[in-house]
Amino acid sequence: MRGFIIKEFYHIFRDVRTMIILFGMPVVQILLFGFALTNEIKDAGIAILDPSKDLVTKEITGKIVASDYFRLIENLDNERQIEEKFREGKIKEVIVFEDNFAEKLEKDKKASIHIIGDASDPNTASLLANYTTAIIKDYQVGLLQSQATVPITITVEPEMLFNQELKGVFMFVPGIVTVLLMLVCAMMTSISIAREKELGTMEVLLVSPLKPVHIIVGKVTPYIVLSLINALTILFLGYFVFGVPIRGNLGLLLFETVLFIVMALSMGILISTIAKNQQVALFISLAGLMLPTILLSGFIFPVENMPWPLQWLSNIMPSKWFIIIIRSIMLKGSGIQFIWKETLIILLMISIFIGLSVKNFKVRLE
Amino acid sequence: MRTIAFIIRKEFIQLFRNKVMVRIIFALPIIQMLVLSYTATFEIKVIRVHVVDQDRSKTSRDLIGHFSGSPFYRITEYSNSETLADEDIMKGKVHQVISIPSGFEKDINTSGKAKVRIATNAIDGAAAALMSAYTISIIQDFNMNLMVESSGFPLQEPIQTSWSFWFNPELNYVNYMVPGILVLLVTVIGMFLSGMNLVKEKEIGTIEQINVTPIKKYQFIIGKLLPYWLVALFELAFGLVVAKLIFNIPMVGSIWLIFLFAGVYLLVALGLGLLISTKTNTQQQAMFLAWFFLVLFILMSGLFTPVDSMPYWAKIINIINPVAYFVEVIRMIMLKGSGFMEISHNFFILIIYAVLALSIATWQYKKTT
Repeated sequence: MRGFIIKEFYHIFRDVRTMIILFGMPVVQILLFGFALTNEIKDAGIAILDPSKDLVTKEITGKIVASDYFRLIENLDNERQIEEKFREGKIKEVIVFEDNFAEKLEKDKKASIHIIGDASDPNTASLLANYTTAIIKDYQVGLLQSQATVPITITVEPEMLFNQELKGVFMFVPGIVTVLLMLVCAMMTSISIAREKELGTMEVLLVSPLKPVHIIVGKVTPYIVLSLINALTILFLGYFVFGVPIRGNLGLLLFETVLFIVMALSMGILISTIAKNQQVALFISLAGLMLPTILLSGFIFPVENMPWPLQWLSNIMPSKWFIIIIRSIMLKGSGIQFIWKETLIILLMISIFIGLSVKNFKVRLE
Repeated sequence: MRTIAFIIRKEFIQLFRNKVMVRIIFALPIIQMLVLSYTATFEIKVIRVHVVDQDRSKTSRDLIGHFSGSPFYRITEYSNSETLADEDIMKGKVHQVISIPSGFEKDINTSGKAKVRIATNAIDGAAAALMSAYTISIIQDFNMNLMVESSGFPLQEPIQTSWSFWFNPELNYVNYMVPGILVLLVTVIGMFLSGMNLVKEKEIGTIEQINVTPIKKYQFIIGKLLPYWLVALFELAFGLVVAKLIFNIPMVGSIWLIFLFAGVYLLVALGLGLLISTKTNTQQQAMFLAWFFLVLFILMSGLFTPVDSMPYWAKIINIINPVAYFVEVIRMIMLKGSGFMEISHNFFILIIYAVLALSIATWQYKKTT
């Protein structure tokens, strides 16, 4: 038994390339998510079509350009240019002022601005339109306040809970931990067992005095160690490089992590009992584990905005529950009383997967 | 030529013999599109709020009316206790607490200055920023209405802002995602299959049988790559049909231009896949390396998050990211109808890239072990 575990460790550790990736991947991912990936908008290219070019339009333009969201790429002369500029793809929005803007505002108390967004990216287009409108409204409130007989100001105190600086990495760290545990535990285990089948060495193991249970325990032990190291690396990096806090109980966090690791391993074993060779194991893991883990777990995209069949589907994704658990512990500092339901669900899933794999495990080759 | 044809035939036989693989080739596009296009959205449809109204006056009810009248807001709870509200946020029941302090109406009428507190669950920072901005803008609107009423201006806002959205007037997010997912599809097929394929021969040992034949290096590589190039292009065609029939995605530009670009792009993807398989010894390694680069390329490509918002160094890295070029181009062609002139820059970069990737891969592949 001990010899077998040592054999597995040798298999993994002598493969330097895989080791580099196993340890390099979490580091690269967290750096990427921490620094590069964000769905907020910064420096979006805009163009302005301003036939009036008066004091008011210049003031509004100045306010818009001064904000972090926008970067003025060019001034257009006529409407025909707009489509051409959008096709080139450098500009996301065009702001069109009416002619004689200041004069109309002065005389008729009425002037209009038209915002044209390149909605081939609908998310950015609507965000930009919202930001532009907010800036114009802000200008307008100032205008009214200087003229009103009774100025009224309602001050809004916005407060951001759990993540005051709105860092994207707060949201992503729990997700990266989850994806990584899935990758290392479920995918690697399933492939490594499928590999023994493909190369024919499974036969050797089966005729040896080792019991199936020993084979499986031997197979998974190295991956438990590896994945724990990985998970800790990410938490460590998140904490020291990006300041992602661990507000709850560290012991509870580790306990839940181990629970999830056991879950992922039992999934990996189940897959390997179905798959005959490495390629099939790989594709089942990819399609069945990785994609759902990334997409349906709320890792990047909020689940509540999806159509209901997908929301329903997301409920049977173990990673969804684990992400809820670690987010609550790390960011909200919740104790077990807030997450016992999610923990129970994961326990239930473990028993289902183990039950199924025991049923499927064949001691004989066909 | 005949030698190449034989290798190609062998590859196709091996590929189609594997029933699971064939099923995956057909099922993958449909599943990916169905799942990805509906899941990969940052759109916020509903903001659940807990309103704490400690004033209970006409003005405070008016303000709340502005929220309950908006389709974005769902007031799930209405109370006068901030403790209850905070607990709701903790449990994840609501996104936001809007809290109106007592004396709100009186403050407005006497001094013209009042306060409202909003607290947002900011674990998802970007969403929180947006929700907070929405709420503030509604309160500003309310503020403006109060002023317009009291100062005797005509009852309308002086500057009128109107919007129009081109190329996708209904802001349909699926239209944006599906073209990008097509790129993902051909990349996965191209890079993974070609990468795993050569290494499989190494692992099983059949590569030596090929090495001892008089097959030349370039013949072998063409014979290995061409089948997957064809399969991936077929996959793209199949994906486009699914996009049209199931999702009714507009295809403004030229389909042929997409295929032309995809043809070159696939040479890059296949070249990289091949390079990976010359550098590895087992399928597990190859798959891991391919997975690593794929995830990196895809996340940085702008498929999910805008490239414009990335820092400078990330944009520099994107110069060697083939996925970024194709994602940008396929969206331009399909949604905006851009022509060859507008995409020529990306096109020529990819041609250079393809030549480089393929020649390095061929050079790295050694017939002797």
